Amino acid sequence: MTILEFGPVSALLVISVALALIIANISRVMGPQRPTYRKSVPYESGMKPIGPATRRLPIKFYLVAVLFIIFDIEVIFFLPWAVSMRDLGVYGLTVMAVFTLILIVGFIYEWKKGGLEWE
Amino acid sequence: MFESPTIAEFVTQSNLASTLPGTLLVAWTLLLVLVDLFAGDEREHWTPLGACLGLGVSFVANLFVYAPAADQQTALYGMFIADAFTGFLNIVILVATLLAVLMSRDYLMRAGIHRGEYYILTLLSSAGAMFMVAANDLIVVFVALELLSIPLYILAAFRSIKNDGGELALKSEESGMKYFILGAFSSAFLVFGAALVYGASGTTNIPQILEVAPAVVDAASSATFYLVVGTALLIVGLGFKVAVVPFHMWTPDVYEGAPTPVTALMSVTAKIGGFAALLRILVTALSVLLLVDGGVAAWQTTISIIAALTLVLGNFVAISQRNLKRMLAYSSIAHAGYIMVALAAAGTAGSADSATQGALVYILAYMFTNLGAFAVVMTIERVDGGGGNIDDITGLARSRPLLAMAMTIFMLSLTGIPLTAGFVGKFMVFAAAVQAGLVGLAVIGVLTSVVSAFYYMRVVVNMYLRDSSGELLPALETVYVRWAINIALAGTLIFGIFYPLASNLVSMVSIA
Amino acid sequence: MNAIGTEPYIILSMVLFLMGALGVLIRRNAILLFMSVELMLNSANLALVAFAREWGQVDGHVFVFFVMTVAAAEVAIGLALIVNIFRERQSINIDDLQQMRG
Repeated sequence: MTILEFGPVSALLVISVALALIIANISRVMGPQRPTYRKSVPYESGMKPIGPATRRLPIKFYLVAVLFIIFDIEVIFFLPWAVSMRDLGVYGLTVMAVFTLILIVGFIYEWKKGGLEWE
Repeated sequence: MFESPTIAEFVTQSNLASTLPGTLLVAWTLLLVLVDLFAGDEREHWTPLGACLGLGVSFVANLFVYAPAADQQTALYGMFIADAFTGFLNIVILVATLLAVLMSRDYLMRAGIHRGEYYILTLLSSAGAMFMVAANDLIVVFVALELLSIPLYILAAFRSIKNDGGELALKSEESGMKYFILGAFSSAFLVFGAALVYGASGTTNIPQILEVAPAVVDAASSATFYLVVGTALLIVGLGFKVAVVPFHMWTPDVYEGAPTPVTALMSVTAKIGGFAALLRILVTALSVLLLVDGGVAAWQTTISIIAALTLVLGNFVAISQRNLKRMLAYSSIAHAGYIMVALAAAGTAGSADSATQGALVYILAYMFTNLGAFAVVMTIERVDGGGGNIDDITGLARSRPLLAMAMTIFMLSLTGIPLTAGFVGKFMVFAAAVQAGLVGLAVIGVLTSVVSAFYYMRVVVNMYLRDSSGELLPALETVYVRWAINIALAGTLIFGIFYPLASNLVSMVSIA
Repeated sequence: MNAIGTEPYIILSMVLFLMGALGVLIRRNAILLFMSVELMLNSANLALVAFAREWGQVDGHVFVFFVMTVAAAEVAIGLALIVNIFRERQSINIDDLQQMRG
């Protein structure tokens, strides 16, 4: 392995950085500059940009997020099975059925306890 | 191309039958979740009843699976191992859980909490411990350890207590948080250690590690380094779980703050799981590894030092404790030290079996005695957390003579006085240590036992000899905790008086 | 071209692991403590995947799956504990959790 192997990559790096700098600065150099208050305020999708940085969110979001994490992460067990589903056949199906059954018990619990209610 | 087995082939090949004690318990617990969910408040006693039944079912399954017991068989393609070691510890775990469920019933009724989740989490934690003693693969060790620990984090934080002024004495949540952070921290050590061992040996299966380990050691390459560092990290990770010095800092706070039945449960099942994994990993997987000439495993020195430190610190710090739960926490650290002595003894070639058997008998004795002691503490402790100090037990002999008698026997057993189970356990452990050539360690063990008599006997002195303020202590407990005390007392005395019983039970245990 | 061996990955994962461990010991904010633990777990994942590549097996990947799942479960429990503690005492500094000493 020689340094030459990195030649194309280095060229790409240099060119992309240079291009970004040129595009970012070309309008500043060539365009007209008439700043107003509204223009120089940071863009926040129409929201007021000034305020405390750590605003409190309603606790409901936390519950939804945690419930999401729990069920979301189980997908990583489904994915390998889905890829090799045909090879695994009935055996794989049974194993996944048991796995899903366990998840469903958790889901019923969550539902019955009102974890999915927003109000 | 992978040939997919049919269901019948799968059932026979994976040897599901030998995993039944654990899997049945988990399946039963899942059913119990639904039962608890739909039973309604007026039938809230269904869940503890169901929990006890589930433990019974698992117990019966365990008897069937391990009745022949001599044969060692693997299950689920080598992930699990079913041998006498597993069967014996399963029984210990199930009895411990039964006692903890009885104590929990009392606690929840007195606190006015009707939460079936409490029992469900207890059962899941015990199932984790059962999988852990059956683990034959580092992946299973890790997953089972987490199944054991995560419910315990929740249980430790189950209830925070307001004192009379309405001010928060946030002990339970503080306890849960500390347990959680230290538990997750130690899990990370365990995983990293397992990763390095896997990298060195190319397998996570414990017997296969044993096969390749000598070659890895001889190669003296980076793999050797990974193996040594990985082993050290595994010891650190599991050392946190079983609370040995210097990884014990969390224990007193967590034990004091958690609800007493939870403290009782985690002082037993978490230690059983941790020690079972340590025994399997060190004695089975890494016994050949790091053998110095003379047939002594190189980790023996490390474990011996840890054991000695644990014995000295646990016993000496316990002397200054005023809170009974805190005293029992330090005492549990000390008892982990005695089991560590057995583990160290298992590092000498040829004495692995006797040391393992000693550790198992010790665990059995410790389980009955410790749970009994915690149950007695529950009878004098108020649910708002007060009344658990060593002075609160003063005069118990006058107001509740039978209870005081039971507590005395538990304290004698924890000290290791003959005719109690504690003596049998200590005797077997020290005998194994002497046989393994660790005479110094055995001497430290005996001397610290003498020290421990000081603080255990202070409880007895407080109960019998000191004047109480005149008023009789009220009976706070319900019938459930009395049953727990009775069972624990019976176990302590039966295994103490009929001393060959315990050693016969473990006589066919061999893990090397 | 498979120029990079296993060692660099392991060294990186060890560095990450140490950073996580130091974070747990130094940080006082419960959330940051928690992130440090996750860093430790993920450094182990990196090591596992690197070793799995070296050995040409899937065992390491399977282990990583389980570590990830367990980490998610721990996140759920840990956040619930943190939220409860914050509600009670308006602070998640673990130095404030000093009710018990003795």
